[in-house]
Amino acid sequence: MARAAVLGRLTWRLGKVAEIVQETPAVASLLLDVPGWPGHLAGQHVDVRLTAEDGYQAQRSYSIASAPEDGRVALTVERLADGEVSPYLVGEVRVGDEIELRGPIGGFFVWKAGDPRPLLLIAGGSGIAPLMSMLRHRKAAPAASPARLLYSSRTIEDVIYRPELERLGAGDEAIQVWQTLTREQPPGWTGYARRVDSAMLNEIAWPKERVPAVYVCGPTGFVEEAAELLVDSGYDPAWIKTERFGATGG
Amino acid sequence: MPFVSRGFRGKRRDPASAVRVPPGQHVVTDFPVLSAGPTPHTSTDDWSFSIVGEIDEPRRWSWKEFTELASETFSTDIHCVTKWSKLDTSWRGVSMDTLLDGVDTAAEFTTVFADGGYTTNLPLEELTGHKAWIVFEYGGLPLHPEHGGPARLLAPHLYLWKSAKWVRGIALQNDEQPGFWESNGYHMLGDPWREQRYWGD
Repeated sequence: MARAAVLGRLTWRLGKVAEIVQETPAVASLLLDVPGWPGHLAGQHVDVRLTAEDGYQAQRSYSIASAPEDGRVALTVERLADGEVSPYLVGEVRVGDEIELRGPIGGFFVWKAGDPRPLLLIAGGSGIAPLMSMLRHRKAAPAASPARLLYSSRTIEDVIYRPELERLGAGDEAIQVWQTLTREQPPGWTGYARRVDSAMLNEIAWPKERVPAVYVCGPTGFVEEAAELLVDSGYDPAWIKTERFGATGG
Repeated sequence: MPFVSRGFRGKRRDPASAVRVPPGQHVVTDFPVLSAGPTPHTSTDDWSFSIVGEIDEPRRWSWKEFTELASETFSTDIHCVTKWSKLDTSWRGVSMDTLLDGVDTAAEFTTVFADGGYTTNLPLEELTGHKAWIVFEYGGLPLHPEHGGPARLLAPHLYLWKSAKWVRGIALQNDEQPGFWESNGYHMLGDPWREQRYWGD
């Protein structure tokens, strides 16, 4: 392929909403059929552009939650009460609607199943989306390195991908899922019930001798705290890739 | 017929702020934090700022020397490639014109380098002409590490990834070398008014 083609402009494409999964009261996944989609890496994102009848436009970035091998491009969107784009994507959009998007974007916060290092994923709230792409990618590659996910939510109702995470964590010893609910726990809850702290990471994170690949995504305070705890525990900062989710508003 | 998103109206901003916001951006009132890895915490005792590369006599300032240079307090709008813009942010820092004053170089390009290994590339002419500063205060207070403290570059006429946090120096170069994000899909220049977000924009 010519270099010019590789570096070519990311063109706007139309994706058709094939399915909508209401993940939580405020979060939905839009599963899009995107003709001509060039494929993506786990962890990349897209830009979405909405256009009103009078030509007014608004753009936002959303992580891709589907694995590279999935047929459809999944965007998981949290509806923000004072937002502009998210209340449209979660609430107004129906199956059959078209959405303009371009991507995939970003070559750093990505994970490939061929990476020989053990994988550690740490998610806060809707920051799970790009990490879910990685975990789905991992699930589709049985011979890949073992993966661990620590996922922090406020309440059980806020847990995105809940049934799928329960399935992923069961029956595959190479994929381990831990959850913590920081605000409220249902009766019989057996997971953690506090914010991520060093004791929790000591139990879950790979020993530093394993030289893991680490991806942290969530709100800023969550990411800062988790990354700092890992560095304090002896992790090399260069092992840790961070992304902030929900920080850009709307 | 141009594409219309069925049922989308949008939240229109007032015309006065609209002219200050580049295409595809929206105004936020908070100050989002973005970085690719853990936040470095460099003590000002260990901090210095250097100009190296294609320069006869490299320059270097300790924190004390740096903060004794003539500084400016100014207000500007900033634009992040992740689509947010923040208006009327106030900073204090040393103009790059001051730091580069009297430097004799044939270099046309620079690589800005920072703690944590971050780099970004800018043509030298994007750093001069009162367009760029090394800032160490935000809103009248020392710059918080999350936002790049103790000091960061601020080149507000370009997308904010060019304004390297935790900045430690500038290498003057004859050739343009893509920096961290510029190697990962992002535009070599990053002019928000021309919406130069990604390769090929």
